[in-house]
Parts: sequence; C-alpha cells; structure tokens
Amino acid sequence: MIMDTGLSSFIKKLPLSYRKLKAIEEIGNEVYTLKFERKHEFLSGQVVAITTDLSIPPRLYSICSGTEEDEMAILFNVKHDGLLSPLLAQQKAGANLHVSAPFGAFLGDEEPAWWIASGTGVAPYRSMLRSGLHQHKKLIHGGRARDSFYFEQEMMAAFGDDYIRCCSQETGAGLYEGRLTKWIREQEVEKSGMKYYLCGSAEMVVEVRDILIGKGVDIDNIMAEIYF
Amino acid sequence: MEKEPLFGKTPEQLKTLVQSLGMPAFTAKQLSEWLYKKHAHSFDDMTNLPKAARELLNEKYTVGLVENTTVQTSSDGTKKYLFPTAGNKFIEAAYIPDEDRATLCVSSQVGCKMGCLFCMTGKQGFQSQLSAGEIVNQIASLPEREKLTNIVYMGMGEPFDNLEGVMKSLEVLTSDWGLAMSPRRITVSTIGMIPAMKHFIENSECHLAVSMHTPFHDERRKLMPIENVYPIAEVIETLRSYDFGKQRRVSFEYIMFKGINDTPKHVKEIAKLLNGLRCRMNLIRFHPIPDTPLLSSTEETIQEFREGLVKKGIRTTVRASRGQDIFAACGLLSTKELVKQQASDF
Repeated sequence: MIMDTGLSSFIKKLPLSYRKLKAIEEIGNEVYTLKFERKHEFLSGQVVAITTDLSIPPRLYSICSGTEEDEMAILFNVKHDGLLSPLLAQQKAGANLHVSAPFGAFLGDEEPAWWIASGTGVAPYRSMLRSGLHQHKKLIHGGRARDSFYFEQEMMAAFGDDYIRCCSQETGAGLYEGRLTKWIREQEVEKSGMKYYLCGSAEMVVEVRDILIGKGVDIDNIMAEIYF
Repeated sequence: MEKEPLFGKTPEQLKTLVQSLGMPAFTAKQLSEWLYKKHAHSFDDMTNLPKAARELLNEKYTVGLVENTTVQTSSDGTKKYLFPTAGNKFIEAAYIPDEDRATLCVSSQVGCKMGCLFCMTGKQGFQSQLSAGEIVNQIASLPEREKLTNIVYMGMGEPFDNLEGVMKSLEVLTSDWGLAMSPRRITVSTIGMIPAMKHFIENSECHLAVSMHTPFHDERRKLMPIENVYPIAEVIETLRSYDFGKQRRVSFEYIMFKGINDTPKHVKEIAKLLNGLRCRMNLIRFHPIPDTPLLSSTEETIQEFREGLVKKGIRTTVRASRGQDIFAACGLLSTKELVKQQASDF
C-alpha cells in the first residue's frame, strides 16, 4: 500500500489539475525534461507538485521553463528507490499529468548574483535565464560526469565565460576538474553587492554556504533551495 | 545478504510473515509479545515457540534490537548514546533526566536534508532514513528504558521527511500490543513540512512542536531553506484549522540568535502570527557550532524576550541547557567525508 505523505491534502488550496504531457526527453543519463500544458502565471524559481496518478503521492519539482513560454517544463532524474520518478520517466506525449499551481519563494531577480547548482538543481536557473534574468550572473554547475551539465549549449551561449562546469569524476574540454566546492574555495568572492543562490542537494548547499560564510559573505546575501 | 529485523513490525506484518513461513497465525501474537513486552534479544529466548520455528526464524531474520556502542555522560547526568544502524552508520539519542522526569531525544534519520544554518546534523547531509524499528530501538535498547517518562523526536533528522518510519514508530510506541506509551508523553518536532504535518495531526494523538526561530519570511528563508516552500505563516494558518484542546499540545521552538531574531520587533510579530492559537513557546539558548556566524543571545535579552511574549499572552519558557559538556563531541563530523564519497552529486 502506498502511504500518502500528506501533499495531496495540503494542495487542496493548490489543487492538482490535469495537464496534457506535450513532450518528454532524456537529456542525460536517466535525467529527463517533461513539458506540459501551462495554465498558471508563475515566477521563475517556483516549484509545482506533480504526480502521474492520484494514488501516487505528488512530489515537488522546480520549473525549468521561462515565465513567458506557452508550455511549462520540469527537470528530474530517476530515483530508483523512489515511487514517482520511475513512473514519470515512462510517460509518453499525450499522457495526463496531475499538476499543482506554482508556488515557492526561491525567486530570481535582476541583481548581480552567482547561481550555484548541483545536478538537477540547475532547473530554477534555467527558468530564470529563460525569463530574462541572466544579466550580471555567473552560473556554477557541479556534476559527477561529462553528461551532467544539463542544458549545456544553452547555458554556454547565455553565460559564456561565466558558465563554470565543475566535474568531479571525469575530464573534458572546458570542464573544471574537481568538485564545485573546490572551485569556490579557490575564488575571491564579493562580500557585498553580490547574491549567492544555492540549489541542489543538502550536502552541496550546506558545504557551499559554509565556504561562503568563511570567506566573509553575509548570510543575508545567501539564498538556498534544497531538493528534499 | 543481511537478515531482516523483526523489531518495529506490527502484529499484522508479523502475521503475514509467519504465515509465509508456514507457521500458524497465532505465532505472530507470541512474537509481538516477545518483541515489545518481554524485550527478547534473540529467537532462542522465545521459549514458547517450537524449536523448529525458532530455527527457521533464526535462518531468515534477526530480532533487531541493537545495543549502543558508545555513551558520553555529562556532569549534569545527561547521556548521549550512539546506536549503529543499517549500512554501518550511526545515530544519536540523548537521555535527559530531570527530577521526576526523564526524557529521551530520538533521531528519525541518519543526517538531514533540510540544511538549517544553525544545525550540526545538517552538516553531514542526508545519509538514510531510519526504519520504525531503528527509531523504537533507541528507546527499547536504552539502559534507562524503565525510567523514561517522555520521548521527543528532536534528534538527528527531520521527522516529517521520514513520515512513514515515524508514523510506524509511533504506532509501535503507543499501541497496546507495543510499548503502550501514552501519546501525551511523546512530542514530534518539525521545521514545518506542512503536508506531512497535516498527516501527522490527523493520524496521531502525540504532541507537536514546530521550529519557528523567526516570524519573518525573509529572515527565516536564510536560516531555514524550507521557508521557501512552506512558509511559517502558512504552517501556522494550517494549525489553526485543527483543534488543539487541553490534552494535545502544539508548541513552537525558538533558538535565540544574537542580533538576528531577538528584538522587540520579533516579539510583536510573533504575537501577531500566533494570535488566537492555543500554544506555547520554548526559547532555546544557541550553542555555537563550527562555520556558523550565529551567536547566542545574552541571558538578559532572552529573559526580556520571554517577558515580552508573556505580556502578549503567550505562555513562554526558556529551555534549560543540558549536557553542554558532551554535545560538542558528537561524532557527527567523523562521518562527513564518508558521506561525501558515497553520495555527493557534485
């Protein structure tokens, strides 16, 4: 029996409604984008709750599409011990998804910032990029393998030299060899006038936050979103 | 292959299990009594089971009670126990005696995903969920088990991020067939995962504690990333739709950080947020951890803050600091490197 973790009842005020799946694409090893009908306005950086079937508890995913796009998209990786993501990966265009209204407060703005992500934590930054908020930003993306840098071409075109790909287990042209924490440790950081956005696993967020604080960055300038 | 532990299973689960082994259904009731009433540590102790049944159980399962490997004792009598869990990991349980009360603070996860700025557990990231058996084992295998009066889920991990394990553990703790504890002796603490909190309120009679730490959204986002998704104002609004009568309690935890969340402005906002909600507030002194810019408020500020809240009609206490001389040596950092090698995605 599947345990309802309560999200279904929570989102009574953010009711799940049908969205037609427009496209599903595997963009990395067991990493997918899902594109579906859009019915709500949203702010870049927000999340939606999604499930394939009302008997499966929904989970939260960051939106990775822009605020002016006709369709909404999310990025997810398959967790083999999870219930929903393996099912999401099997969906075909035309399938019905159950999707909540967008919510959340990890929001982008036009101020100078470093956008720091591990794995699929790059999703909200892609939404911010596609919503026109990428000026004066540096994107630092950490991944294990060469193919971990999702939306790589798009990011390279948008950020140029301000797109840093830190690869911890493989090497390749244009990649920084090592974990993103190592790269950040090696940098001079601006202590004021710069925001630092962190998105991804708890391990990355906590470690990067400690490094930034150690370098003198005020906690008021650090924003974090953890994928739980 | 590791044998599956039976400790933590419900009589219904045990019934399915014994029947799959070709044993009569009533064996489940016998097993349940040995596990939860008689504290058997091995199948060989279960003398009313046929020898063949004990041998079969021994072959496929373990009882699942696990002794602590380390204990640190504070000068004030507080003890911190280290229990091994699946996958060669460790969790902590803190035993806190206090006159006629004895409280055990239990862990619900190995590590934590929530990344709160002030939390030591968060620094090792998330390693794994605890099973119901591993949660209840902290109580059942405690040397001071018979003295316990209260259980608080305030150790390692966010309980509502392991809702399934926590709810099952509460069932074992409070059922007549289990440890038969009163739910009024148990408090589960959360940082405010609203969906799971609703499930808990609707399916349990235990007390609830919510970590507030500041009433202001922008400030709380910096201390607690969960605020981005489940803001404290919505947590409190959700609580208003439930009846917390005299028997069941909701309380708010508030760690006092110098110059951050300890001003009259905070008192005023807390009073506004909690207006009309039957609850109490626990103020907690902060004990600094490495790499954190936060400091504890002064004693004077803490007392003024408490008085300010009391004047606003909020029942407020300042939690006594316990076991300070052992909390620093918690052993959490020793696993940090291991975790990164195994689980990091960056």
